[in-house]
Order: sequence, then C-alpha cells, then structure tokens
Amino acid sequence: MTTAIAHTDDHHGPEKGLMRWIKTTNHKDIGSLYLWFAFTMVLIGGVMAMVIRMELFQPGMQLVEPQFFNQMTTMHGLIMVFGAIMPAFVGLGNWLIPMMIGAPDMALPRMNNWSFWILPFAGGILLSTFFMEGGAPAFGWTFYAPLSTTFAPDSTDFFIFSVHLLGFSSIMGAINIIATVLNMRAPEMKLMDMPLFVWTWLITSFLLIGAMPVLAGAVTMMLTDRNFGTAFFDATGGGDPVLFQHIFWFFGHPEVYIMILPAFGVISHIIPTFARKPLFGYSSMVYATASIAFLSYIVWAHHMFLTGMPVAGELYFMYATMLIAVPTGVKVFNWVSTMWRGSMTFEAPMLWAISFVFLFTIGGFSGLMLGIAPADIQYHDTYFVVAHFHYVLVTGALWSIIAATFYWLPKWTGKMYNETLAKVHFWWAVISVNVLFFPQHFLGLAGMPRRIPDYSLQFADFNMISSIGGFAFGASFILFTYIVIDCIRNGKPADARPWEGAKGLEWTLEPKAQYHSFNTPPTRALIEKESQHS
Amino acid sequence: MSKLTSRLGGLIAMVSANAFAEYGFNMTQGVTSVSRDIYGLHMMVFWICVAIAVIVFGVMIYSLVVHRKSQGAVAANFHESTKAELLWTGVPIIVLVLMAIPASSVLIDLEDTSKAQMTIKVTGHQWKWQYDYLKEGISFISNLKQDSKDVIYSGNRHKNYLLEVDNNLVLPVDTSIRFLITSNDVIHNWWVPDFGVKQDANPGFINDAWAQIDEIGTYRGQCAELCGKDHGFMPIVVDVVSKADYAKWVLKQQAAKAAILAKSSKTWREDELISLGQKVYNTNCSSCHGITGKGIPGVFPALKGSPVATGDIKKHISIVLHGKAGTAMAGYKNILGDADIAAVITFERTAFGNQMGDLIQPAQIKAAR
Repeated sequence: MTTAIAHTDDHHGPEKGLMRWIKTTNHKDIGSLYLWFAFTMVLIGGVMAMVIRMELFQPGMQLVEPQFFNQMTTMHGLIMVFGAIMPAFVGLGNWLIPMMIGAPDMALPRMNNWSFWILPFAGGILLSTFFMEGGAPAFGWTFYAPLSTTFAPDSTDFFIFSVHLLGFSSIMGAINIIATVLNMRAPEMKLMDMPLFVWTWLITSFLLIGAMPVLAGAVTMMLTDRNFGTAFFDATGGGDPVLFQHIFWFFGHPEVYIMILPAFGVISHIIPTFARKPLFGYSSMVYATASIAFLSYIVWAHHMFLTGMPVAGELYFMYATMLIAVPTGVKVFNWVSTMWRGSMTFEAPMLWAISFVFLFTIGGFSGLMLGIAPADIQYHDTYFVVAHFHYVLVTGALWSIIAATFYWLPKWTGKMYNETLAKVHFWWAVISVNVLFFPQHFLGLAGMPRRIPDYSLQFADFNMISSIGGFAFGASFILFTYIVIDCIRNGKPADARPWEGAKGLEWTLEPKAQYHSFNTPPTRALIEKESQHS
Repeated sequence: MSKLTSRLGGLIAMVSANAFAEYGFNMTQGVTSVSRDIYGLHMMVFWICVAIAVIVFGVMIYSLVVHRKSQGAVAANFHESTKAELLWTGVPIIVLVLMAIPASSVLIDLEDTSKAQMTIKVTGHQWKWQYDYLKEGISFISNLKQDSKDVIYSGNRHKNYLLEVDNNLVLPVDTSIRFLITSNDVIHNWWVPDFGVKQDANPGFINDAWAQIDEIGTYRGQCAELCGKDHGFMPIVVDVVSKADYAKWVLKQQAAKAAILAKSSKTWREDELISLGQKVYNTNCSSCHGITGKGIPGVFPALKGSPVATGDIKKHISIVLHGKAGTAMAGYKNILGDADIAAVITFERTAFGNQMGDLIQPAQIKAAR
C-alpha cells in the first residue's frame, strides 16, 4: 500500500533548539552565525587593543611585559583580520547574496555549514596558544621569518594549524559564493544586472581562491622549517628570509582588498538609497572593482621597499602601486556624484556610509603617500602606517559592516532599531575613532616605530590622546551591542521596504525575510524595476 | 597620579603652536641631501592630497548641505556621464605621472652607494647593534644605556629616555658614508630619521645605504622592524663630529683595542673573571636568559641548573663561541673578546646556584676559536 505524503511547508521552517544552529544549511542561519562569531571576535580583539592602548597610555612599562605586549599586537591583528572582518563579510554575503539574486539559498549548503563550523575551532586553537608554555605567537600578524621560525615559542605550530583551518574555511566560503552567483542567479538576471554587493563579493571570492593557498604554502614551509629540518627561510641552510616576505605579501596584499572590496559594495547600496538617486556609473564601478582586484596581485612588494630590493624592482612596484589610486578614485568620485543633486536624508546607515567615504579617502591619501617609495623609507614601520591601515580597515571595512548591519537589520529581524540611539552611537564612534587614530599620523612622522611597548618622552602626549580616543571607541561597542539586541527583542515592526529610496530584490521579500526566499525566481520586469542603475 | 595631572596639563598646553613645535608632528627635514629630498617628496604629495581632498570633500559637503530632502531638494535621475568619468580617470593619471617623475629620480639617487668615501658595517643582534669600521679595524657593541633600563618599570624618566646608548656610533661630518647592514639573528632595521636612512638588516644577506651628513651633532634612531621582545629597547645614537675630532677618536679606539688584546694573554683571578663576567652577562645574555638565569620557559632556556652550564666545559665554550644552530642562541665569536667570553662562562658556571667552581682563562678561549 502506498500513502501519499501530504505536502506541507513544515520542512521549510527551521528546526527547533540548539541543533538548528549546529546542523543548519540555511544561508540566513549561517549568515547570522558568521555575524555573531565575527562580533564576538571583534570584542576579544578589541580587549587586546585596549590592553595595548593602556600600556601605551604613558611612557614606561606599567601593565604588561614586552613579550606579552608582542603577543597582544600579534593576536589583535590576527583576530581582527581572520576572526572579525573576513567572517563578518562572509556573514553579510551569506545573508544577502541569495536574496539579492533571487535565489532560495546558497548553491552548496552543506559545505556552507562546514565552512562556518571550522571557524570557532580555528579561532579556539589560536586563542588556546595563550595558555601554552612560552605564550602565544609574538611575531606580529605578518609573522616574518626567522622570528617566527627559529625564534618563536612552541605554540607557533598551533598557530600554523589554525591558519590552515582558517584558510580552508575562507576557500570553501569563496567557492560557495562563486557557485551561488554563477549558478543560482534568477534565470532572467544578467551579470550586469547584479547589485554591486554581489559583484564585489564575486570578485573578492576569486581573490580569496588565489591568495589563501599562498598563505597555506607559507605556513607549511614554516612548519617544515621548524620541525623537519628544511631551510626555506634560513640563510645558513641556503634559504632566504626575504623569500618569506615575498610569499607572505603575495597573499597579504590581495588580503587587504579582500577586506575592502565587499565594503565598496555595501556603500554602493546605501548611498543611492538615501540620496534617492540611482548609483552613478554602475558599470565603471564594476570595472574599477575588477581592476583593483587585478592590481592587488602585482603590487605586493610595496610592503618590502626596505628589504634590499634592486632599484628597478622598487621603481616597478612604486608605479604599479600608484596606479591603484586611479580605480579607487573613480569609485570615490562616483559615490560623490551619486550624492550630487540627490535628495538626501541621514538615517544611521547613511551617516556611516558618508563617514566611510570621508575617512576611507583619508586612508587612501596616506596610502598614496606610502606608495612613493623614497618617502616610504621614512614612513615604513612607524605609527604613520598604523594610522593608515586603521583608517582603511576600521573606518573602511568595519564602518561598512556597521553600516550594513543598520541598513539590513530590518530585513533580517523584521524590526526597526532605535534611530536616536543609533545616531548617538554613530557620533560617539566617529569622533572617538578620529581621536584614536589621527594623532598616530603625527607620531609616525615624528619617528615613533610601530610594535614598541614603550617609547621616549617626545611621543607621550599624542599617545595619551590616542589612548583616550581608544577607550572611548572601545566603549562605543557596548552601545552598539545594546542597540542590536534591543532591536531584535523590542524593535517596532518594520515595513518590507523601510528605506524610501531602497532598491533591490531583497526589499521585495516579506518584512522579515522568510526562511527560504524566492521559491519561484523573480521576473525580468521585477529585476529591471529593482536594478541599481535605472 | 600627580604624573597623570601633569600629563593632562601638557595635553592642554599642546594646543599652542609652540608646544607642537617641540613635540614634532611632521617628518624631519634631516641633515643629509637624501633626507631633504624625502622631506620634499613627502610635502609635495601631502599638498597634492590636500588639494584633492579640498575639491572632493568640498563637492561632497556642498551636496550634504544643499541637496538634502529637508531643504526641499528633489532628486535628479542622472546616473552616467562618459565625459565626467573619462575626466576623473585621465586627470589622476596625469597627476600620478607628475608625482612619479621626482620620486623616481630621488629613488635612483638614494640607492646609488658608489660615491662612498668610507664604509661602516652595521650588524643587528637581539637586541643591540654592532658597528664595525672595516678599514680602521674598530668594532664595538652599542646597547641601551643602563640609566634608561633602570627606569623602564618605575622612576623618573629623563629627556632622552630609551634614546641613549652606552657606545655611540661616531661619524665624520661632510663625508659620504656607506652603511653595510646585516643581522646575526632575526630581521632588524637600522633607522636614523635625520639621515633618511632606514634599511632592513637581514640575516645571511648584506644591504647597503648611504648618507653624507652636513651638520655636527647627535642624532637618534631606533630599530624599525619587530625583532622580538626587546624590539622597543634597541636605540641608535650617532655622534657626528668634525673630521679632525673623528681622526682623534679613531686613534683612541685603536689604542684601546690593543689594550684589550694584551688583557687576553694574562692569567685572571677568580674575582676578576666573575665581576667582568657579570657585566658581560648583563649586557649580552640577560635579555634572553634573564638577570636571574631563569630564561623564559618555552622561549628561552634557563641557565640555572642547565645541562650546558653545569656540563662539559668544552661544549659550553663551543656554544658561546659558535651559537646553537636552529635556535635563538647566536655565536659570540666575532662579538666578544677572549677575556669577555672566558669571564662570562666562568660567571655562568658559578652564578645562579650552578657552583661548578670552574675558572676559564682567556687562553683557553683563544685555543678553542
């Protein structure tokens, strides 16, 4: 006897309880897991930053030992890059890409579950090194050999394993996004119909697949140097410590664009929405993103002007680096043109987006200055560099993640956040972050090297100002946490399209996007209506 | 607390331009042609960036003020202009080319060390600098000065706190000097901002840089590449003196060197060896193995009760002379004299409760080299 199983929608809803989160293959669940993981890591890495700023509050060693200070700077960098910024963008990608391209889910959902669940274990292994004899890695997030091979604590082998796992996770995430964008797109959606966030993530995925294996190669060579008697990076065995830097930065430079290209995508959604005007120069935005990605692969040695490169090499890397200013400039000009003659309002996401354009551009200017090889001789490894990359990664990457959180929070939760508190939070964060990082330009120019636990008296005042800004900026995360949790628990119901000027398929969904969106693909007419450039 | 209040007072005082001048918030112009060229490039690029910022931020701020919904602004619908996009691709390229021309010529000049009249070899060690005057046959180690070390954890910090060393590098004025820069262990970076010289010191390789210093004076710098726990305590101090004073200094150093050589042939008493040994230990060994010989577990081994310091003397001498491959232990063969090495080994075998009671004489070291 056969029984017809009645078709219900039950299996489209989430499982109940803890196992929902462990077993989930749903892009929205996994997106949330990524975002909460990244948020936890921001707080952990942030505590380390607070320790650093407390130690640097005034000259002398007060709080920690120099070796522990180096562990703090190393782990702060590693955690923020691999634990916070990258997973946060993967979380945004998971949440948004299927909704933006009219797909029900990611193309490879089971792998998606794996690529998330590897992360907490990798992060846990990395953090466990603090409890090992000799302490955590203390050689900087760039872990230059031979400090990280011959001269490092035993816990370095755990660090290497952790980096391998983080790399697996990133590569799997990237493969999933490429497969999703290319295969799961609504049949009626052409590539040049895709929203910019999807474009930037597609391009970023190729950067990840190209760059992460190079990092895996570097740490594998380290592992054999440390334990199996090879001498890749040891000159006494015929190796070359500068080889390590070439390999590291061949990964490391694309890596910094992995951390900023999706931010460009986010900002390209928010500015048109609140300017109530289509994005200016959609196709040139796509081409600019692609050329930045390409250029990012051929400029790695601008991190290495002082390693003793031949002058011809320095000239080439200087020219290629300066060239990146062109497509980056195109993007900034396009955002400004989008605002021009718009009808702007300044809800929290827009405030974050506008300050992104200002502050990221300042980071871009200091980047251009650093690209001038002879001047880099004075800037290199000083606080000028610290200021530069924090402007790019905090007021660039992190800003866009916060902007994206406020912008899409109504779609994720079906509820509105408290706009007044969000504005207070914005001004608090934007003022304190500038008090924190702007004086570091002066410190660097005046000659303060980075990664020193103590400094001479001439650097005392700017360091104190910077630390005060740091504590205030750190505290702003308490308010941010409150606003997000308050929205989830007590927020007022949001409209399906809470922003007047918002365009995009995600806004055509229910106020709180259903567990599986787009069981039938959107039509051509809808795609055109919601396109960014019409 | 009173320190804190005085700092906060300083913070307020800094608003005045005068106070700013003292602390410095721009790059130094320095005292060499290279450093002045670098400063010129830096200011040129800076002002170009300021000009671009004024234009871009100006347009943006104008829209933020005028094109607001609350001001009744109605959104236009344009979203393309090939002309505008060509303009803001083309103009930046021209600006970049204009920047690249002077930058290239400065770069080519500062990488050309062929005009040098004398050569100094700079070797980085964890965490001190070694200077070799190759032609003059002078060689010495330069360490953070004790009066800075004494107040790192507490006390009144003097004006040049962390920027004083026990042995300054001495250089003649108006002479083109080539620096050969290398390392004995990890990557360090020799940086004196006033000279516009900053160059990585890579183990196993030699880099070069040059400077011709125009003004007599004392110049300070620091290691600029993370080189381990005492990276922040590795300053550089250079005395630039007249050519005549430099010649006198060279003669004095050569005489001192001859005296040290003489010392190594005599036989030393135990108390002499131990007191010298303690001094050598504190300067060269304590940063890793610790003042009390306990090391840092998992990173640097202890000497207290260690198999080397309480084992075969020959092995102990060999490790101090040649280092231990694959570890952070460097060889001191070319860094310390026979007397210093004999003394430090005697000290290590007597101190920290090791009580081996061995006396090592400089002659034994000489034989073991």
